[in-house]
This record gives sequence, C-alpha cells and structure tokens, in this order.
Amino acid sequence: MLVGSAGQAKRMNLEKQNNLLQNMKEPVMAVAAKKKKASPKVSVKKTVKPKVKVKAKVQAKAKTPVKAKPKASAAKTKKPAPKAKKKTLKAVNTTRTIQVNELSRVEGEGALFVRVKNGVVKECKFRIVEPPRFFEAFLRGRSYLEVPDITARICGICPVAYLMGAQQAMENALGLKVSQGIRDLRRLLYCGEWIESHVLHAAMLHAPDFLGLDDALQLAATNPAVVENALQLKKLGNDILEVVGGGRAIHPVNTRVGGFYKIPSKEKVRGLIDKLQWGIETSISIAKLFGTFDFPDFEYDYHNVALKHPDEYAIVEGRIASDRGIDIPLSEFFDVFQETHVQHSTSLRGSTKADGEPYMVGPVARYNVNYDQLSKLSKQVAKEVGLGPKCKNPFKSLLIRMIETLYACEEALRICKAYEEPDRAYYETTPKASEGFGCTEAPRGLCMHRYKMDENGLIISATIASPTAQVQPQVERDLQGVVERNLDLDEEALKWRCEQTIRNYDPCISCSCHFLNLTMVRE
Amino acid sequence: MSLLFLGVGNDQRGDDAVGPYLAARFAAHEGLLALGVDVISHGGEGASLMSLWEGVDLVVVVDAMMSHRKHGFVQRFDVVKDKLGGGVFRYSSHLFGLAEAVEMARQLHKLPKAMIVYGVEGLAFEFGAPLSKPVAAAAKKVERQVLADFGLMSARVRKPAGAARHA
Repeated sequence: MLVGSAGQAKRMNLEKQNNLLQNMKEPVMAVAAKKKKASPKVSVKKTVKPKVKVKAKVQAKAKTPVKAKPKASAAKTKKPAPKAKKKTLKAVNTTRTIQVNELSRVEGEGALFVRVKNGVVKECKFRIVEPPRFFEAFLRGRSYLEVPDITARICGICPVAYLMGAQQAMENALGLKVSQGIRDLRRLLYCGEWIESHVLHAAMLHAPDFLGLDDALQLAATNPAVVENALQLKKLGNDILEVVGGGRAIHPVNTRVGGFYKIPSKEKVRGLIDKLQWGIETSISIAKLFGTFDFPDFEYDYHNVALKHPDEYAIVEGRIASDRGIDIPLSEFFDVFQETHVQHSTSLRGSTKADGEPYMVGPVARYNVNYDQLSKLSKQVAKEVGLGPKCKNPFKSLLIRMIETLYACEEALRICKAYEEPDRAYYETTPKASEGFGCTEAPRGLCMHRYKMDENGLIISATIASPTAQVQPQVERDLQGVVERNLDLDEEALKWRCEQTIRNYDPCISCSCHFLNLTMVRE
Repeated sequence: MSLLFLGVGNDQRGDDAVGPYLAARFAAHEGLLALGVDVISHGGEGASLMSLWEGVDLVVVVDAMMSHRKHGFVQRFDVVKDKLGGGVFRYSSHLFGLAEAVEMARQLHKLPKAMIVYGVEGLAFEFGAPLSKPVAAAAKKVERQVLADFGLMSARVRKPAGAARHA
C-alpha cells in the first residue's frame, strides 16, 4: 500500500555539511603522513548521464545497447542533489520506456526495464542477468562438513552469512547446541561483516547519489575525509574478520560445523578494542553527515520481515518475525514464504504464500522489527539523524546502515572487552539422516538455509533463499511507486532516481543467482 | 626501502591466475628475499590493496587485463605518472578493483612513491583452466621485467620452495 508523505523534502544544508566535514577527524590508523588540505566544500554536479536513451514512442525490443553520453567535466556547480526539472508532457497518449542495461554501483549484473503508457506504469522489471550458479545442485552428495565453505563462495562480500547459516542448519539437524563462548565469537565475526559491508555500500556506492556525484572517486575528490574514514572503517571490519576468521577477510577459513578450527587468542581479540572505540566515533560522525542529505519524499507501508531474538538485536540467530504478526520457528519458513521464478530474472523471487505479496528484508526491516533492542546510543544517534522507531522511506536505508554499523561496533567492543578464550574450539558431530534449518541476518537481510542429509552425512537436498532474491518483488514495487510519483521529471532525472531506488537495497545480485531448476529443451 | 610485489587475480580462473602464478614464483626467489621484497598473492579487492601499499616505497603489481588487444600482450603502467586506464582491470563483484584503488589512492594522496602495474591481456578465464599459452609465455617476459624493476635484471629464477603469502 502506498502511503502519501506530507510536507516538502528537507533541503540539503550545505553549510552544515561543510562544518561536519571540517570537524571530521583524521583516521587514527593512518600510517603515512599526507598533505594537509583545506576540506573542500561539498560540491554537487548534475546527475549522471544516462547509459541509454529514453525512447518517447513505443518500439520493438531494443536490439543494440545505446552508447553512453560523454561524462560531464568535474563538478562545476554547487547545486544541491538533483532536483529534477519539471516538464509538462505534450500529449497524454505517449509511451515512455526507461531502460538501463547495466546498473552501476551495485554488486553483480542487474538491469531495469520500466514501460509507462498514458501516465500508468504498465511494466516494471528488475532484471537479474547474472548467470545461474547452481550451488543448490552441486551441494548434493557433498559432506555436511563441506557445505559451509562451499556456500561461502556464493559471495565475497557476505561469506559469513553463508558460513553461519549453513553451520547453524547442520547443527540444527544434528541437535547440537554450542557454548556461549563460541556463540559470542560467531556474533563478533558477523559484526565484522556488517561493518565492512555496510560501510562499503553506504559510503562508496550509495552516498554519491545524494551528493549528485557519479561515484566514490568523485566523492574522494570532493570529500576526502569521508572516504578515508569509510575505508578505515571497512578495514576495521576486515580486521575483525581476519582475527576471528583465520587470517582472511574474504572467505574466512577458521569456522566449521560445531565451532572454530582454532580459538583466536585473547591478545588478538582484545587488540581490537582501541580500533572499535574509534569505529564508534567515526560511525556516528558519518551517520550525522548522511543525516543532512536531501532524501526523496517517498514512503511505503512495508511488510517487514526479520529475525527476532528475545535478548538482543538479532544477527546470528532468532525466530522469523514480522511487523504484521508472523512469529515462526525457522522450520516453518517455507510454509509461510515461497520462491518463484519469472522469465526476466535468473534469480528466484520471494513472496508470502498467504497472498503472494512481496515483503521487505534487510536493514529497514530489521530496524522496524527490532528497534527496541538497539543500544541506547544507537537509538539516540538514530533520532539525531532524523529516524524514528519506524522507517517507511527506503532512501533512508543509508542512515539505517550507518546506525547498524554503529551498533555492530558497540556490540563487537562489548564482546572483545569481555572475551575469554572458550574451553574448546568446536564440538564433534556424528552424522545421521536428518533435516536442518539455519537463518542469519546477512547485511542485506534474511539468509535462509535448509538441508537434508543421509545417514552418512551426505547432502540429499539444499535450499538457500538469499535476501536479494527474496526482496526482488519489493524492489519492483518501490520502482513502480517512484516512477508513478515522478512522471513529471525529465528523462535523465527519472532514470537516475530509479537507479538510486535500486541501490537503496544494496542488492547482492551474485548471491541471488544460485537456484536449482534448469529445464533444457533440445530440438 | 620498503618493497612489495602484488600478484593480483583469482588462481582458479584461467588467465586471471597470472598474478598469483608470478607471486608463487617470486615467493622464494633468493634475490627478492635478500632485498626484503614482500610478495603477496591477492584477490583484487580495492580497499585492502590500498591498505597494503600505503607507505611502501616501491610496489610492482601484475594482473590480467581485458583491453581487446592481442592475447598475451603486456602493458606496463607507471601509475604515479599516468592514470591507470579504467575498465581494463575489471573486478568481478564491486566496481572497486585495482584500477579504482589506484585512482582512489591518487585522490587521497596515498599512492606509493613508485608503483608499476603490469597488465597481461588474457585469453580465457574459465574456472579451473590453466594459463593459456600466450599468457604463460607473457608471464615469463613479465617475470624478467619485474626482477629488473627490483634491480635484479639478470637473476635466475629458482623453483619456488614455499608459497607466496595470500592476502
């Protein structure tokens, strides 16, 4: 249901932004001295040039990609983030087609197609063009002990989500409960993943949208302190992954079914404390800067679905809950939610079985379902940047990612300060014919695993519902609403707004393309 | 003087392995060890590349590239003097690979004092495939050039006894 928003969008406060930038501290972990430069004023430029032309008439399917227009020169204006030129449509009976053949600043290969006829959106397709990767197929016959490391290769930016989900599912199948010490280490590892993933997306991929910049390179030219701090925060996330994950930030190698191969030393874990304290301060300063952005005036009454835990802001475990009354164990996920396939996307798509409607997962959903369990500091900063207990504006996912980054730094600090090496690194397991479920909150949302194994521990079947796959229909619903509300924008601005809408979700397109079924007809 | 060799790429993907292949060759090279050259095989994620080369005096990087030239073609970039061409060192997941890392470091004044990047034009990038013939031949040429960059022009390359550090 589309909820109309009241009032005008907040205008970008350039002077306040400049003050925040000038007060932003140098990263304390900077090694090399660098030249001191006066912090540049925030400058914005005209929106990114389209990669394709917008067609004014109905056309047959485009056969060739259109050349990108040459990029504009370096920022010449100090205009705020693009306020689209209003344009009166000459005639009512026109069809406009907006087609982006290659989405930029999202992970993986995705594309967008929207067709509008006589002022009504007739088609809206968020196309996943990434080839299917068949993980669920080639896991069959593998040992249950191998599954976490294989599924981790689904994604290089959120491997922990797959490691933890798969391990949890195997332990669930075998009836194993691990110690609190192992549980804390898993949560610490996951905090590292949240920090590095959220900061990369928020600061480097999404923030340029709100400043009218093409990419992070332009952001580095205009706002170097923001980029430096973001890179150091990302490195902090990677440092946590390396300490707990066995020396590697990408595809950590130290985790296994039952726990860890080797317990990280107290010295190394406690060694993260100073960096995490810096991380807390820096997350707050970046969040406050982002809070001055001009957010498009758009709201939607989402069905928010997330893990929920009685004692903490759910990251590694919990029940499946929603703000419309769903509260189920993991084993009932596939009774309530479904995945379907459509022609224009190689990724399966989520919806509720009851009514076939889309639902929201990810930072916005987590925030709306679990706000009460954020820390006091996180809630205070959320309020300062303009967030209440509920958020219906998907463009403000940028702010929620920084609040979750702050929370992850706080949580990681708490665990590191209290850390004592657990008595044992892992629990041995004995396979049996069984079925298990695992679900964790990947940076992008619920990541659900289900496996069946035989009496020897060999996998019989595997089902993985990635967050990006689940949320695709909701992305299209948002796009439809954004286009309908902005039909009077000129073509360039409308296309840019659509791309920005997709980037609200930080879609991990590669993760979503591993579905199983392939039908081949040879004639 | 701090020295670093980065072999960038995916050692499971055909010609994308040319960087890690050379890193493995250099890992136990006597001459490089004597000079104190740090040798790292790296997957190519830009932010961590930047943190590795920050503050280093001389960095030499090898990576596969796709620039529509003849397979096995080698291009040497002095990135302190010239911009690294965009799009030829494409990173798979995010638009933040080697080329973006170099330009980002330039913007932030975090480039090494000297940095050479060798791009080797790849032919095929299938999973599990070995280096193609043109790239394997090019790798030998690049090996000599890298040793020359480190001042070891005529050093013999011995069979590596240990593995390169993987970042």
